[in-house]
Amino acid sequence: MVSLYSAEGLSELVFLGIIAVTVTGGVIATNSARLIRAVTGLALCFIGVAGIYYYLNSPFVALMEMLIYVGAVCVTIAFAIMLADPDPDDAAGRKNPLAGAASLAVGALFFWGLSALAAKTMWQAPAARLNNGSMVAIGKSLLTTYSMVFELISLVLLVAIIGSLVLARTGSGFGRRKS
Amino acid sequence: MSIMTISNSLDIYLLMAALLFGMGIYGIVQRQTFIGMLIAAELILSGASINFMAFNRFLAPDPTVGQIFTLFIMGIAAAEAAIALSIIIVVYRNYRSIETVDVVELNG
Repeated sequence: MVSLYSAEGLSELVFLGIIAVTVTGGVIATNSARLIRAVTGLALCFIGVAGIYYYLNSPFVALMEMLIYVGAVCVTIAFAIMLADPDPDDAAGRKNPLAGAASLAVGALFFWGLSALAAKTMWQAPAARLNNGSMVAIGKSLLTTYSMVFELISLVLLVAIIGSLVLARTGSGFGRRKS
Repeated sequence: MSIMTISNSLDIYLLMAALLFGMGIYGIVQRQTFIGMLIAAELILSGASINFMAFNRFLAPDPTVGQIFTLFIMGIAAAEAAIALSIIIVVYRNYRSIETVDVVELNG
């Protein structure tokens, strides 16, 4: 039994706090009526997920999670909310009263199924590790084994940027009547 | 398994991943607006990423594979968010709304 006041015990306490942050962020992200609050909940949830990655021995991916999700994706969604300006009062009146309970049942079913599957499987630990999974090893495999995928995802990102620019420009009322 | 060694077991990570996945499914079904559904989809993607990272930490013989897969999931998610948000903005300009009930005439 590890003592609470040792370094390991404090690290476990921090881990439980990270899990609480993740769950709280997810609940805010899915349940708040205003979308801007949902985005802040999503950012909170992603900060917790970055902490989970840190406990999984990969600080590099934790840093990337903070940089890409918290720093880029959440800010982009916040900009879209500012541009689209949704009205929260309008949505509440037209909602089916059964929708909340039904969606809760569907989500709980998925959670139960996946966690039962995870609990019942006998996971086999590997006999040996090829490397230590450090940042150096990640860089080596990205430029040797996975170099093709690395190039392809840069192509995908380029096409996505050009496509979103084209989409946002053609809908802007350029050359036709402004409403 | 004591509560004090919880961060070194595979099960808690798989449980967290399943919880995030279930929350994402719940959000996608329950939300009325496109942006809310996009937020829930990001939750589903991060649940999948946690699964990959947990298997990478505990089960994989080569512990770089899961990290690289997670990095690629992040890249795909960023591209998906950019495309989806620009589509949402175009829909908002044409319909003055981002709620799913207002654009039902787009279905087949």
